[in-house]
Amino acid sequence: MNPEPPEPHSDESPGVPGFRTWRGIYLFVFGVFVLVVALLALFSRWFA
Amino acid sequence: MNTLDWIVLLVTMLGIAAYGAWHTRHTDHLDTYLKGSKTTKWGTIGISVMATQASAITFLSIPGQGFESGIGFVQNYFGLPLALIIVCAVFLPIYRKLGVYTAYEFLGQRFDAKTRLLGAGLFLLQRGLAAGVTIYAPAIILATVLGWRLDVTIISTGLLVIIYTVTGGSMAVNLTQKWQMGIIFGGMIIAFAILIARLPDGLGFSGAAHLAGAMGKLQAVDFSFSPDKRYTLWTGIFGGLFLSLSYFGTDQSQVQRYIGGAALREGRLGLMFNALLKVPMQFSILLLGALVFVFYQFQPAPVFYNRVEWQQHATGTNAVAFHAIEEKHAALHAAKQEKIRLWLDAYNHHRPTEPAARADMLQAQAATDAVRKEARDALTATDRFADTKDSDYVFIGFILEQFPHGAIGLLIAVMIAAALGSKAGELNALGTTTTIDLWRYFRPLAVHDEARNVRAAKWFTALWGFVAIGFALFAGFSENLIEAINIIGSIFYGVVLGIFCVAFFLKRIGGTAVFWAAVAGQILVFILFFTLHISYLWYNLIGCAACVLFSIVLQALLPSRSITQKF
Repeated sequence: MNPEPPEPHSDESPGVPGFRTWRGIYLFVFGVFVLVVALLALFSRWFA
Repeated sequence: MNTLDWIVLLVTMLGIAAYGAWHTRHTDHLDTYLKGSKTTKWGTIGISVMATQASAITFLSIPGQGFESGIGFVQNYFGLPLALIIVCAVFLPIYRKLGVYTAYEFLGQRFDAKTRLLGAGLFLLQRGLAAGVTIYAPAIILATVLGWRLDVTIISTGLLVIIYTVTGGSMAVNLTQKWQMGIIFGGMIIAFAILIARLPDGLGFSGAAHLAGAMGKLQAVDFSFSPDKRYTLWTGIFGGLFLSLSYFGTDQSQVQRYIGGAALREGRLGLMFNALLKVPMQFSILLLGALVFVFYQFQPAPVFYNRVEWQQHATGTNAVAFHAIEEKHAALHAAKQEKIRLWLDAYNHHRPTEPAARADMLQAQAATDAVRKEARDALTATDRFADTKDSDYVFIGFILEQFPHGAIGLLIAVMIAAALGSKAGELNALGTTTTIDLWRYFRPLAVHDEARNVRAAKWFTALWGFVAIGFALFAGFSENLIEAINIIGSIFYGVVLGIFCVAFFLKRIGGTAVFWAAVAGQILVFILFFTLHISYLWYNLIGCAACVLFSIVLQALLPSRSITQKF
């Protein structure tokens, strides 16, 4: 095992402008994923 | 390849390897050697995670997949962003909190030593067996197409990656992967630009995409629930989630990439970087393949894209039959070109004849597909060991035929950079797991001798590198070995994920229950493998489910003991 200094709390602010919590980041990533799938579905339909 | 191509190839590949080895030559702290620099930021971690996953086969086979079957394969990656969110929220904080070097070290903390050894042993067995394939698979394609000697290609790429991985460990892997991904992204953008420029006048990207779509190559999302279809939205989300969780959460070659870094934040953002970019990246590579398909609709196209394999068998008594297949394909391909022109004219001018023209075009495509199948059957009839999967050769063949010199060297460098990047991550993980989970376990007195630990890690990394080279040289005897390795991986992967699922989500289950559940689950998978005839991918799910269920049952049967809640 490798002794390390105590890690900050895992729910600390992610330090990304516009996001106060990691939950916000995860929701954003999930939202982008849904958007990408929707855009791919539209792409398929547009070029079918 | 001419002199300019060789200069581009050698300067980029040797330059990156030399830079990585030189820059990290003084890495003598175990922590830095195994986890990378303490100051590593999320961008480096994100690129390193991406480079480890993207092997040379990604850039050789996936455009071929887009060419052959369209871009529907992108759905295979739909579970990846969701899996990375789970890894960020659950797996990574615990790995960081415990300060482990390997994922299996966590199993030792959560359960006991025997479960840790089991997890590490299964990883080493699976990755060790697969180690040669990461070098062999691209080497066989490049050697075949470029006329290089296979053994020289395997040994030279293998030695190159061993040198810098052994010298600088994780730090060198991160550093070189950053540059290698730069070459890969640059090369693929240039490939896209050249491909668009090579399309017929007036067609452009939009026309090419409409043609590819009309020929069924741009069906990215399939909402159907049909079990006959290999790639749908649902198989992608559920199957992909499962596979990605195994790979990113429990495979040391990935865990090692994100557990280091300056803080927990850096690892998390590195993984989120991949969650955002991976699907668009795979879509772009598949789209490239679909556009290569369009390109060949306006050019004379070979009946079989692995021309070397075809020519080797089109000799002697087979020559007449093979030549007849070639002529038949050429005639049908020319007829199809005419149908495509008629469809484009009807489509561009909104003529009412467009549906009929489209049907004629698709019929012509089906006819050429039938001749391509006839060609594959002829190859198999001549030699049952013949390599009949020619889609891997489409993109590399297109590069060699259509790209200007210099760009050819750059694109070959893309393939080799991808091979080196993924191989380095793999060797780094094998060396680390052998040192931390096996060597240190059996030599506990050596734990505090940092210099000795670093030396051991270097020796084990080199040893796995030479095992990989030796295995790749041996693998040359059998084409089917690649699939065999994938099957072996699926047999072990499920149980390993099952152990980790119990560790993270079933906190009342102890080491003895999960250990014997894993052993029983693995035996069950072996029995099913030899008695059932189902796709080997299902063994990932069966192994995981069996391990979790057996753990619950065994824990209920075992005498109750207090389980220390550490996490």
